[in-house]
Amino acid sequence: MPSNRSVSDAPITQFINCRILRDHRLQREDLWVREGRILDPEKLFFDEQGYADKRVDCEGSIIAPGFIDVQINGGFGIDFSQASDDVSAGVSFVAKKILEHGVTSFCPTLVTSPPAVYHKVLPQVKVHGGGPHGAGVLGENRCVRPPPEDELQSFPELVLTRSSICGPFGAGGWSGSQSVVRELCQRSITCHSVANLSQAEDAVQTGASFITHLFNAMLPFHHRDPGIVGLLTSDQVPAGRTVYYGMIADGIHTNPAALRIAHRAHPSGLVLVTDAIAAMGLPPGRHTLGQQVIEIQGLHAYVAGTKTLSGSIATMDMCVRHFKQASGCSVEEALEAASLHPAQLLGLGHRKGNLDYGSDADLVLLDDALDVKATYISGEEVWRKGP
Amino acid sequence: MTGSGSCDKTDVSQHLTAQLKNRVFSERAGTMRLVILDDYDLASEWAAKYIRNRIIQFKPSADRYFSLGLPTGSTPYGCYQKLIEYYRNGDISFKYVKTFNMDEYVGLPRAHPESYHSYMWNNFFKHIDIKPANAHILDGNAEDLEAECQAFEQKIAEAGGIELFVGGIGPDGHIAFNEPGSSLVSRTRVKTLAKDTIVANARFFGNDLSKVPTMALTVGVGTVMDAKEVMDQNHTDIFSSTTSCLLHCSLVMILITGAHKAFALYKAIEEGVNHMWTVSAFQQHPRTIFVCDEDATLELRVKTVKYFKGLMHVHNKLVDPVLSIKDQ
Repeated sequence: MPSNRSVSDAPITQFINCRILRDHRLQREDLWVREGRILDPEKLFFDEQGYADKRVDCEGSIIAPGFIDVQINGGFGIDFSQASDDVSAGVSFVAKKILEHGVTSFCPTLVTSPPAVYHKVLPQVKVHGGGPHGAGVLGENRCVRPPPEDELQSFPELVLTRSSICGPFGAGGWSGSQSVVRELCQRSITCHSVANLSQAEDAVQTGASFITHLFNAMLPFHHRDPGIVGLLTSDQVPAGRTVYYGMIADGIHTNPAALRIAHRAHPSGLVLVTDAIAAMGLPPGRHTLGQQVIEIQGLHAYVAGTKTLSGSIATMDMCVRHFKQASGCSVEEALEAASLHPAQLLGLGHRKGNLDYGSDADLVLLDDALDVKATYISGEEVWRKGP
Repeated sequence: MTGSGSCDKTDVSQHLTAQLKNRVFSERAGTMRLVILDDYDLASEWAAKYIRNRIIQFKPSADRYFSLGLPTGSTPYGCYQKLIEYYRNGDISFKYVKTFNMDEYVGLPRAHPESYHSYMWNNFFKHIDIKPANAHILDGNAEDLEAECQAFEQKIAEAGGIELFVGGIGPDGHIAFNEPGSSLVSRTRVKTLAKDTIVANARFFGNDLSKVPTMALTVGVGTVMDAKEVMDQNHTDIFSSTTSCLLHCSLVMILITGAHKAFALYKAIEEGVNHMWTVSAFQQHPRTIFVCDEDATLELRVKTVKYFKGLMHVHNKLVDPVLSIKDQ
């Protein structure tokens, strides 16, 4: 049946035989796409008297919004923080590879580095949409040490939507920091790693919204001073705001019990991140990455010859699976932690991270075990699992 | 055949079979059938099989569409489910079927979950292969409602009238939104809803009376009477835009299920034609089928029920064998 051309000539695709994640639950519904966005089929039927040009049989798969990784330092041998001359090639390489793991948008992350590195690397990272070439870049995520107040104005121009501050923690780290935080938040930087709960609450009230990898690199929870962890249940968070927190759910960086405590305390703020290092995606064995020699054993990446972890290498889909299994949460919650919540964190909830009408058709098709079967960006298939 | 004048058993039974066949498929004589099934599911299935057989027998094509009148509400839901099942199994197609719904609220946004557009999309259209241009529902948000009603009648006329009109019955015996007191020769029009109706429907609008639409467009009794066939479905929703679109409908089928419809069924078929119980008008339609479950017969005379139950073997010939496009 030909589709009506009264509103748009663009072809219409109908995904059938699938369960879609919408309104926080998996529903047996078809998914319609036109011009890279999710289409309302009822409006199409009654207003345009149109129907699908093409049907994609999903064979019972789950369709979830494409995953969004807001914290990824590299992968497949590429390190984003390396001040090379061709950063964008590295970003593109990773962008292409992560499609296999269901990631359709990401924020290449720079670890805490000297300002010179930022000056060199940042301008080379451009925000752009995804496609068959790779996942979309939403902006960079950079960990920076908050500068002293007098250096604030000369701080490198930040072009990101979000950035996280890896501050010095411990005593004296944040004296006079509120004005710094405010300034950085105005420039769209989210802060983390402040020392105690009231400082953290101040930061949130000033505009901070994201806790980078909860539990890691911050003071541990103490019952008389919960520290940053206390933000999860703080009553000082302004109305209408949500504090989001990243979790590396690889089973290594966070004990499953701690993961469950955080999830149960504040489920809607949980954002799955890989925080992956360059070794992610490389096969087991030894690899030389920059100055380091890394040894990969299963999901562990050690500094070669030691038992010191050098970073996380779990891919996003592994994190989703592990999160579901460790927390006992529902499929919907696990999928939303990797899609809806990061989109909301970045202020992109109106067009990413969900399958609402009008949103970008960035999709990941999964089987019941949450293994990725295919990835779509703007309604176009960009990766499919081989037979 | 055996010779001489003696009538043997073969002759007699063949003769009777022929008569039976004629009786079932005769469309020139007027027929009123009361088909009684044990429960809602069986009634829904019988009705769906009947619709299926009628469409397939008609052999619709691009030059000759089958036009079907449709209701909304909880009563026809089971029937729609079965029709969807038959479509999924490949036994029926709606490619050459045109549909005309009986009614729609006035002033309710089309995308509202309680609009009849939403009902038809979610419960029927989105699951089958009907062409969007062939699915007609009155537009309760039209600028000129009267013109909309007339245009609807016109569309039905252009479609050559409705072959089979499926309808329901309200607890007060109305068909579509032809409330008690409606003219029995009415056409498609705007109707103001009765207080009872509004109260009854408040449950779909968060129990807020102020949110319930007060007007609707509905096919008229006259419109449905014109249907070549009227199949009445007892529907609980009382909003309908009265469209007098029962133009030359070949057959009318009315689905009536549940004890709360029993009194209305009694009034509709055991008492006289009366504009207070508008479904009674179908006593004068040449071909009417009332499909109901046991509960809906609770107010009927035992004699009536026994009589029609005794005819089930005749009625069942309409649905057995059940046809399929796979055999064509």
